[in-house]
Amino acid sequence: MTSTPHVVVVGGGSTGVGIARDAAMRGFDVTLLEKGNLTHGTTGRMHGLLHSGGRYAVSDQESARECIEENMILRDIATHCVEDTGGLFVKRPEDTEEYYREKLEGLRECSIPATELTAAEARAQEPYLAKDIEKAIEVPDAAIDPFRLCVANAKSAQNHGARIETFSEVTDLLVEDGEVVGVEVTHESGTGKHVHGVEGTVEEIRADHVVNAAGAWTGELAAMADLDVEVRPSKGVMTIMNVRQVDTVINRCKPKGDADIVVPHETTAILGTTDEEVSDPAQYPEEQWEVDLMIEELGKLVPILEEARTIRSFWGVRPLYEPPDTGTDDPTDITRQFFLLDHDERDGRPGLTTIVGGKLTTYRLMAEQLVDHLAEKCGVDTACRTAQEPLPGSEDAGAIEAAMNEFGLRSPVGKRSAERLGSRTEEVLDTDDPNPVVCGCEAVTRAEIRDAIDESGSNLNAVRIRTRASMGNCQGGFCAHRLANELYDEYDERQARTALDELYQERWKGQRHALWGEQLGQAMITYAMHATTMNRDHDPASEDQALDFGAFDTGPGVPGDADDAGPGEVATDGGGDHCGD
Amino acid sequence: MAIEQDVLVIGGGIAGLSTALGAAREGADVRLLSESETTLRHASGLLDVMGYTPDGDGPLVDPFDAIGELPARHPYATVGESAVRDGLAMVDDILGETYRGEHTDDNALVPTYGGTIKPTARYPDSVAPGLASDDRAMLLVGFERVTAFDAATAAAHLDNTGLPAETSAATVEFPVIVRDDAKVTRYAHLLDENPELTHEGRTVTVREAVAEAVKPHCESVERVGFPAVLGEDHPNAVRRELTERLDTRVFELPMGPPSLLGKRLESRLYGALDEAGGHFEIGSPVVDAETDDGVVSSVFLDRSGQKIPYAAEQFVLATGGVAGQGIEADREAVAEPLFGCHVPHPTDRYEWFDEAAFGDHPFARFGVAVDEQLRPTDADGTAEFPNLRAAGAVIEGYDYAAEKSGSGVSIATGYEAGRRAATEV
Repeated sequence: MTSTPHVVVVGGGSTGVGIARDAAMRGFDVTLLEKGNLTHGTTGRMHGLLHSGGRYAVSDQESARECIEENMILRDIATHCVEDTGGLFVKRPEDTEEYYREKLEGLRECSIPATELTAAEARAQEPYLAKDIEKAIEVPDAAIDPFRLCVANAKSAQNHGARIETFSEVTDLLVEDGEVVGVEVTHESGTGKHVHGVEGTVEEIRADHVVNAAGAWTGELAAMADLDVEVRPSKGVMTIMNVRQVDTVINRCKPKGDADIVVPHETTAILGTTDEEVSDPAQYPEEQWEVDLMIEELGKLVPILEEARTIRSFWGVRPLYEPPDTGTDDPTDITRQFFLLDHDERDGRPGLTTIVGGKLTTYRLMAEQLVDHLAEKCGVDTACRTAQEPLPGSEDAGAIEAAMNEFGLRSPVGKRSAERLGSRTEEVLDTDDPNPVVCGCEAVTRAEIRDAIDESGSNLNAVRIRTRASMGNCQGGFCAHRLANELYDEYDERQARTALDELYQERWKGQRHALWGEQLGQAMITYAMHATTMNRDHDPASEDQALDFGAFDTGPGVPGDADDAGPGEVATDGGGDHCGD
Repeated sequence: MAIEQDVLVIGGGIAGLSTALGAAREGADVRLLSESETTLRHASGLLDVMGYTPDGDGPLVDPFDAIGELPARHPYATVGESAVRDGLAMVDDILGETYRGEHTDDNALVPTYGGTIKPTARYPDSVAPGLASDDRAMLLVGFERVTAFDAATAAAHLDNTGLPAETSAATVEFPVIVRDDAKVTRYAHLLDENPELTHEGRTVTVREAVAEAVKPHCESVERVGFPAVLGEDHPNAVRRELTERLDTRVFELPMGPPSLLGKRLESRLYGALDEAGGHFEIGSPVVDAETDDGVVSSVFLDRSGQKIPYAAEQFVLATGGVAGQGIEADREAVAEPLFGCHVPHPTDRYEWFDEAAFGDHPFARFGVAVDEQLRPTDADGTAEFPNLRAAGAVIEGYDYAAEKSGSGVSIATGYEAGRRAATEV
């Protein structure tokens, strides 16, 4: 090959951005296409667990070994995305001793560090654990922010020359003489609304190789080249608590089952999950019983969850895959390993490789193997460096501390900003302009919001995943319109309003699964603020019909009258001196 | 020994205050108990009667026209148009010239902090010069660090509603650099206190400095709007001085919480209740009730863990809807927590809400069903207690956020419940 080989990666989840970064670092010319926002699919809908491998140490040891290796690598290269919470596998009286022993054995076999704790030791670490738990095994599970991770990978890919296109859906694969030679892309959004492209325009991108990393949509994409890749999408619910009841990942120590994990994540804790095969990854029922099950089952590990406040629930779809004719009935039995399908070898259709299965924890390894495969095909002999080279934001582990000192960031606001931004703290916060807090629940300041807007355009959901703004107790009730204010006037008022509506609707979508207790009151307060005070449900600016302003009250005096409330009006002062008797 | 009253009102929002004022005006010895002072501080300070019908028609020019057409279970239908008018007249009388809108039955269109406009029946005098139907050119002024209100976005938004006035915007630095994330009340207090500061070698006051910062933007405008932070204790003095210095009309745009307009309204209504001889006690929750032979005999206030009984002949429940926790829900059911009154609701939790954020939400209408006497009823329509009435958002059957009818229903049902309770003692 004479020129730089051009790779098109389809899918902006962790796998896709990982591949884009790796390939770009090795000198490929890379274009990444994502039909929605980055993390739009499975990646943005997971519980944020960086697996130690403990989960799979009995049933799927190959996955377990991959997990512990990648876990250790990500702690180094993605420090600003990982919180070292540690994890516990907790045994309840009804869980078998036999499985507990198998778990310990499996952890040793997979070289996963494991420490046995007595019930008292476990409760000393996590006081809210149920009184009747018998013992626990400590493993190096951790919490990871999938949004931050993906954004950092995409940014690194860009820094290495990649083109990253969001809101750009691949609507066809170009096949010539039996070979995949490129893609047809439809850009969804208008100029300025998101990142690139002109709304509704269709672009053909030719490539030396196309990578299908479309996750749950892998099958749909393959079908565009008349190929059959049968992904088995399986849905799972995650319920978010408003505070961290635990600071350690809590797993139930039993073979498998729904509702067996609590992951502390930033200011929240995430309960998960169910595992139900669905037919369509985009359309599936989000059911009440799933939410109730999380609270009831996980209440057996952490009883306080029964009384605690949930702020929303969301569902994700696992793009599970198993080679044809394996014939597994239960989705929980399907392996979490990943598969690389070279369609030249498999189907006699060159130009396309699919990567499917796997999990967030192993995204980097998946990318490495995929790009190794591409490199071999294209005669590129650069080695993979992603296990050594830190992601943007994680270059300097001491940067957070240094920046905190430099900016005097001792307050909780500054501390949290610095934790989110990592080594980018200085670059983002070094502003001479006022930097007020825009999102009070998550302590996100104007500088961070504007940085995210610079990076992601006017899409406030993209700003949200970069900053956590609108992800706290009020679910955007108090800050959604403040975020929209920051868009103007780089974007016009209508664009800002559309972005506000999209964010508000997205926040509502998850919150409606948490409508009881305090969160029901919160939802009504939010609704009342936006509908009653701002009249956003009947905003005249958004309605088609012109208002007859003249028909309404024009004020106590006719405009221009001498007694009108104008200059020089004499008014008595209102007193505020009343108090209770 | 319980403290004894003729009428005891539980809840300190507009509904509770209207109830207590209505009862006091009838000569009853009334006491109001409120857990917190925050209810009105969440409200915009505007007093809506009805902006849109339950079917979503509107904005209504004349809210009273729509009242006769309402379904039978709507609280307005229960009390009738005359109670709405009488309740409003009582509040108008109390608020005097500090509120406007009583000169007409028509709604006014008020620009609010999001840059939208909303229909309302009564508005603070400080809001009056900003009405959207007025065609005078307006300048909106924002403060650099107040993120809830962005003048440029709001002006552009208002412009897109098609209002007859030209709009422009300016964002200025507040002369005293307060903390970046100071609450709006801090700005209000600085304007109230009006301390001197040194600006470019001269000694000026805060109000003077604000006016100087805004003045260069005022050239071709006839009115200037600020977010509603123009003083908490001396709002008229603040606005009068800015009016004089800027030589133009000055108005405020209603804000979300903490709402200074709401706080000023709260202060006036409590003042009026005080003058009318009513008692009130704020800061402790009512946690329990006692009945005697099917009649409510007393309620208990929890003051720092001590349960204090309050006895009365008549009780009015004005504890709010789901937002005010007058109505509570767990994963299984919706309930009125204090007296255990029946709350009609779908058994399936997933029928409590609509898919769309601004859809038709059943939860917004949750509350106790009432009879024609405003007494909460059981599932069969029988009054739960002969001496317990309800007022405001704790009553079911209307969505005040969608209708923009919150204050009106609170005032009308509160006035009526208070009046009826007083006549029975």
